[in-house]
Amino acid sequence: MKRVTVTATKSAALQPLPKVATGIPGFDELSHGGLPRNRTTLLRGGPGSGKTVFALQSIVNAARRRQEPGIFVAFEESTRQIVANAASFDWRLSALAKHQLFFLDAKLSPEVVQSGEFDLSGMLAMLKAKKDEIGANWIVFDGIDVLLTLLQNPIAEMREIYRIRDWLADNEVNAAIITAKIDGDSSEIVNYGFLQFMVDCVVRFERRLEHGVALHRLQITKYRGSDFVAGEYPVSFGPSGMEVGAPEPAEIRHEASSERVSAGFERLDTMLGGGLFRGSSTLITGVPGTSKTTLAGKFAEAACQRGERTLFVSFDEGAEPIARNLSSVGIQLKPHVKSGLLRMYSARTESIGAEDHLVKLKSLIREHRPRCMVVDPLSAIAKAGGLSAARAVANRLIYMVKDEKVTVVVTAINTVNDPQTEATDLQISRIADTWIHLSYLIRSGERNRALTIIKSRGTWHSNQVRELILTDTGPMLADVYTAGGEVLMGTLRWEKEGEEKAKTIQRRAEYDHKRGELQVAEADTHARIKALQQDLERQRVELAKYSSANEARIVTSSDREKELRRIRSADPAGRAPTRIVPALAKRGASNRSGNSGRKGKKDAHDAP
Amino acid sequence: MRRKKSKRGASAPAVTTVVVMRLYIANNAPNSVRAVANLAAICEEHLKDNFKLEIIDVLEYPLRALADGILVTPSLAKVSPSPAAKIVGNLSDKKSVIHALGISESVD
Repeated sequence: MKRVTVTATKSAALQPLPKVATGIPGFDELSHGGLPRNRTTLLRGGPGSGKTVFALQSIVNAARRRQEPGIFVAFEESTRQIVANAASFDWRLSALAKHQLFFLDAKLSPEVVQSGEFDLSGMLAMLKAKKDEIGANWIVFDGIDVLLTLLQNPIAEMREIYRIRDWLADNEVNAAIITAKIDGDSSEIVNYGFLQFMVDCVVRFERRLEHGVALHRLQITKYRGSDFVAGEYPVSFGPSGMEVGAPEPAEIRHEASSERVSAGFERLDTMLGGGLFRGSSTLITGVPGTSKTTLAGKFAEAACQRGERTLFVSFDEGAEPIARNLSSVGIQLKPHVKSGLLRMYSARTESIGAEDHLVKLKSLIREHRPRCMVVDPLSAIAKAGGLSAARAVANRLIYMVKDEKVTVVVTAINTVNDPQTEATDLQISRIADTWIHLSYLIRSGERNRALTIIKSRGTWHSNQVRELILTDTGPMLADVYTAGGEVLMGTLRWEKEGEEKAKTIQRRAEYDHKRGELQVAEADTHARIKALQQDLERQRVELAKYSSANEARIVTSSDREKELRRIRSADPAGRAPTRIVPALAKRGASNRSGNSGRKGKKDAHDAP
Repeated sequence: MRRKKSKRGASAPAVTTVVVMRLYIANNAPNSVRAVANLAAICEEHLKDNFKLEIIDVLEYPLRALADGILVTPSLAKVSPSPAAKIVGNLSDKKSVIHALGISESVD
């Protein structure tokens, strides 16, 4: 047995503790940099809580990203089992195991007979030799409890823990990880308290069942010489391994775009004041059958038609039936799937925890790089292990999608036909930018789909309840007919529409009739005007004729008077004409019109 | 590496075969020292000269031990006759060692 050296752990406490990143998303943020460099970290937790994956992923990352070889000592599972288990992750572990990682199968086979005490001095000597051979910078002792309990003796246990600790102190590695099955506060290792003391960092793993779904949690319980984010954080497993749901940064940095994208069809865009903002999130709520999926599908189709990459995620319903159902209302998604523009992904919610769904969606987004995305229905993840977890996941999903500047439409099922109940469910409505609620309005013995925009941030939107109709060419919003302060729907609207139509026809007929009448009257008037003008002309001519005849008569009568006087010789011969002629001239001056003729005539009369 | 070899004794029964064993130790670690002593006693008592034992110091030949699939020290491996067997510990429980080596009937 060797002496305990406590000084080594205290000497470096004053400087900022050097750390080494694990590359596990979320964990390096929680621990402010990763594991303590050149120190030992203990991962404790119950069976299947993720300790082994954490340890394995750390050395895989070190080997792949920094070419740092590592040794993995497996006390609990055989090496083959570990490699097989890790095959579900995209680590290419078997390739790494050939060169950079060394796996020591340290599982004592059940055939091994135990007789008396043993110790680890031989094994540690072997590990040192191997470490020197491959230049290992990382070492993992996985399932040390299995080995320690074989010692069957608390004193021997303590002794071997010291031995490991001294070995680690002598053989400096970038990081050493020890995992131990410690469930809650009970362990089969008698000296687990000491085990916790001797390491510089302790991470507790937990796996618990909530509503029949396994949820994984992680918590840093000790970090000597460093601060860390305290608290329990969700752990999820995706295609690239483990991911820790680290708290979101407090500051929200989403760029606000003023670009509008279509929500699916024109009338809805109009109701939204021109469409959805690029990168915004929209929530569609409604009881089952209110065509949330149809609306979301229309949005996806419109996005594809604009040539934008789109991701359609559906829970608890296959992509095939969705595409078929949507095609019956004129929404064609299959051609876009074929062209690669649209990716459809469907998953059963109960199969994995909400966290794991999030990881899966994350990797899908990274893979497909969509500009638009649909999650239908997001509320289904509430089934995947508890509401609180699902709520957190829903929030993080929306924030994540916004970070990627993806315009997202999510649907949520209400169990009650009341938009207010949504607020008590996943609480997405609070973070969604736009909230469209679909409901059934029962009136006059009919159920009609009604669409309301409850909120739409930063934009004008219609406050009217509109009827949503599904046609062969997709969903549409009916024309608005209001009566008595209510929007008419279904048959009532149809009747109103019919009524309007009849009225229009009648009005048109009336108009045509009136127009005809007026035209006739106009023509009549014109005809009468013409006739009157002809009359006028005739009368003028008559008048002219009459006047000249009259003058002629006057002249004739004056001549006759002169003649008479001459014949009777009543007046002196020289005086008589001078008295008459000025009288004639005076008359001609007073009536200027047409006098010249008459003057001429008079002159002609006078001249002789 | 230390080796101890014994030739088949002339007085042994005809059925007796040579038991080939390897003992992996960690130099003079207490359990290793104890194991060597315990094994010597067992061989003396039950195998007489019908055994072949190789003692390997893991501290000296760690990669060899690793290749042999040894994990902890001390470990005793029975190479032949089959079936092969592996015993870990300081061999203080003689009964189980004898049973594991399958030598209880090989002597009277």
